[in-house]
Amino acid sequence: MTAKTISAKRRQLGSDVLVNGLLLLLVLAWTIPTVGLLVSSFRSRFDIQTSGWWTIFPHKEWVKVEEFAPAADLNRDGVMNIRGAQGTFEQFRNGVMTPDGKYRVTWVGNKRLGTIQLQQQHWATSLNFTLDNYSQVLGGKTFQIRQPDGTIQTVPGDDFSGAFLNSLIVTIPATVIPILIAAFAAYGFAWMRFAGRRLAFVLVVALLVVPLQIAFVPILKDYKTLDLNGTFLGIWLAHTGFGLPLATYLLFNYISSLPRDILESAFIDGASHFTIFQHLIFPLSIPALASFAIFQFLWVWNDYLVALIFLGSSSNNKVLTMRLAEMVGSRGNDWHLLTSGAFVSMLLPLIVFFSLQRFFVRGLLAGSVKG
Amino acid sequence: MTAPLDMSDHAKPASPLAHIITFIARILLSVFVPVVTFIVLYAGFTFLRGANAAKGIVALVAILWGVGGVALLYLVSNWFVERLGDRWRSRFQPFVFVGPAIAILIWYLALPTVRTFWVSLYDANDQIFVGLKNYLAVFTDRNMFTAFRNNLMWIVFGATLSVVLGLLIAVLADRSRFERVAKSLIFLPMAISMVGGAVIWNMIYNVNPDIGMLNAIFTKLTGQQPIAWTAAGQIQPWNNLFLIFIMIWLQAGYAMTLFSAAIKGIPGELLEAARVDGANEIQVFFRIMIPYIAGTIITVATTVVIFTLKIFDVVWVMTGAQFSTQVIATQFYREYFTAQNSGYGSAIAIVLLIAVIPVMIYNLRQLRQQEAFR
Repeated sequence: MTAKTISAKRRQLGSDVLVNGLLLLLVLAWTIPTVGLLVSSFRSRFDIQTSGWWTIFPHKEWVKVEEFAPAADLNRDGVMNIRGAQGTFEQFRNGVMTPDGKYRVTWVGNKRLGTIQLQQQHWATSLNFTLDNYSQVLGGKTFQIRQPDGTIQTVPGDDFSGAFLNSLIVTIPATVIPILIAAFAAYGFAWMRFAGRRLAFVLVVALLVVPLQIAFVPILKDYKTLDLNGTFLGIWLAHTGFGLPLATYLLFNYISSLPRDILESAFIDGASHFTIFQHLIFPLSIPALASFAIFQFLWVWNDYLVALIFLGSSSNNKVLTMRLAEMVGSRGNDWHLLTSGAFVSMLLPLIVFFSLQRFFVRGLLAGSVKG
Repeated sequence: MTAPLDMSDHAKPASPLAHIITFIARILLSVFVPVVTFIVLYAGFTFLRGANAAKGIVALVAILWGVGGVALLYLVSNWFVERLGDRWRSRFQPFVFVGPAIAILIWYLALPTVRTFWVSLYDANDQIFVGLKNYLAVFTDRNMFTAFRNNLMWIVFGATLSVVLGLLIAVLADRSRFERVAKSLIFLPMAISMVGGAVIWNMIYNVNPDIGMLNAIFTKLTGQQPIAWTAAGQIQPWNNLFLIFIMIWLQAGYAMTLFSAAIKGIPGELLEAARVDGANEIQVFFRIMIPYIAGTIITVATTVVIFTLKIFDVVWVMTGAQFSTQVIATQFYREYFTAQNSGYGSAIAIVLLIAVIPVMIYNLRQLRQQEAFR
């Protein structure tokens, strides 16, 4: 091997390490937040409040070796000497090392009544996991938890299981209905000639980027008249309306690119438009339909604003995102519940996402940009 | 309507009486079937609205009713149209296919733009005509000024960081053996809701260093007091950046996917030729890759801009739009729903609409160049 190829190889290796190292850093930054949430959701309330979730990894921790009351003649307002360590009360509050570096002397509690601890560093992991958070978050009426001191406490559950069902009731029709309507429309635009066809399609494209906020005021007014506020039908229709421009546009692009001759031969055989749509175009469009279905599913399941506006007046029909957002507002420090609740709300989208990622990517590349 | 009514009909000689009877029967049937469909659907709706049954049953009925109902409507209206003569059928059938979509679009998006604009010309209670006063208020209100500034921050930092990070990840992944795994993991937050993302990052930003990871690192490294990253007065207006990061974290997968596909579309010979000519990797990146994927960069940036213009969930859940983090969409919600000022709220919505009009025009221009709609 010549010197030249060796140095080229070394350079290659160096850039490999650089590329993969940088990538690893980015991937970690993107993954750690979710991992932190997942880990925290299995830790007890007490653990979450007193130590970070990262303490599940081996780390050095100060462990108490000895505890004693400070000597009565100690000058607590000046510089004190405890077991060789020198310092004021404030310094001892934060811990002072003994001169031999073996122990840390820490004042625990207040100046008058506190005690002194001799501490040493040990490797530790805190691996106490529990499912209590989940039972409390999912539970309907009330729920009992065992406190660290052994007593049983009864607390109200957060009924995320009910909200989960509501999310399902909202999401499934709000995904299927716009697809059905858009598929018919896309077929009509692609294969039928009728007056106003161009104008109607211009409308579809123009509405692609219209912000939803524009619709809330008038639609709420209509819903009040029709008594649709807080009903599932109301939110299905709303999601259908807001999802339709994109759905029609995407499906039109796909359906209009299907080869013309299959259709023509079917026509010659005497098939009607409906038959062709049902038996030919619909099955052929499955990839495009799947792409949009995943999109709309994730969008509706994760939606907060539309649900807040059209289901906000109903106390029974609240979806997961609404319950979770309410919890952030009312019990923002109950991290054991927030983390498990958040994970419950993420579970289904993550499953759908990972099993159907291929279609999702295809949808993204086909220009799925929602208004 | 003398033409054969059904495609499968054969020209059979029939007595005039039989002809009339079948004709009347057909008309009755044509009316009867849609009416029955409507009654069934309406009964389902009232059942669902007043349902006290177990949640699981309601869920099942609701899903079946909702999905089945729409399918049924299409079937019945098509059945109805196919009963008409050839001439009428070809005239009406397109409307069976396209009609529902157009009707819904007009009701939910097209008309509301006009109706919202109309409401925006009235006072808080939608009673007195005030002309453009609400718009004057929108552009002179201090809160709105902060909201505009924040939205601008969202747009500038959001779009820039999305493009830079998405491109960086795409280029790195393209050269790595771990491309698939890395891309999947970066992609993952796209499945998480804004509300869920807000919970995740609320925890990371928590003031208590035993809960908040950022403060755990910050206090350890600097020895200073922990900071409330999204609220603290001393870092305003940069607390907005910490909210923007959440959006970047959630959406980076989108930019990465588009850039990744674009990079893979660059012809290998082009890159090879440049390298043979002595260009180093940095030059290849800036002189060849960037110009080649310029279109994708614009697409990504535009999408992020439209997305951030309407950003609501993250801000609303993270800070409740306090601490000078309000944006246009949260101001809309606050004015319309909390302050109950319908005129002012509508004016804010119209401002949002005006902001996206350039993109709308661009989309329509693109459409004109498309073959299918010449």
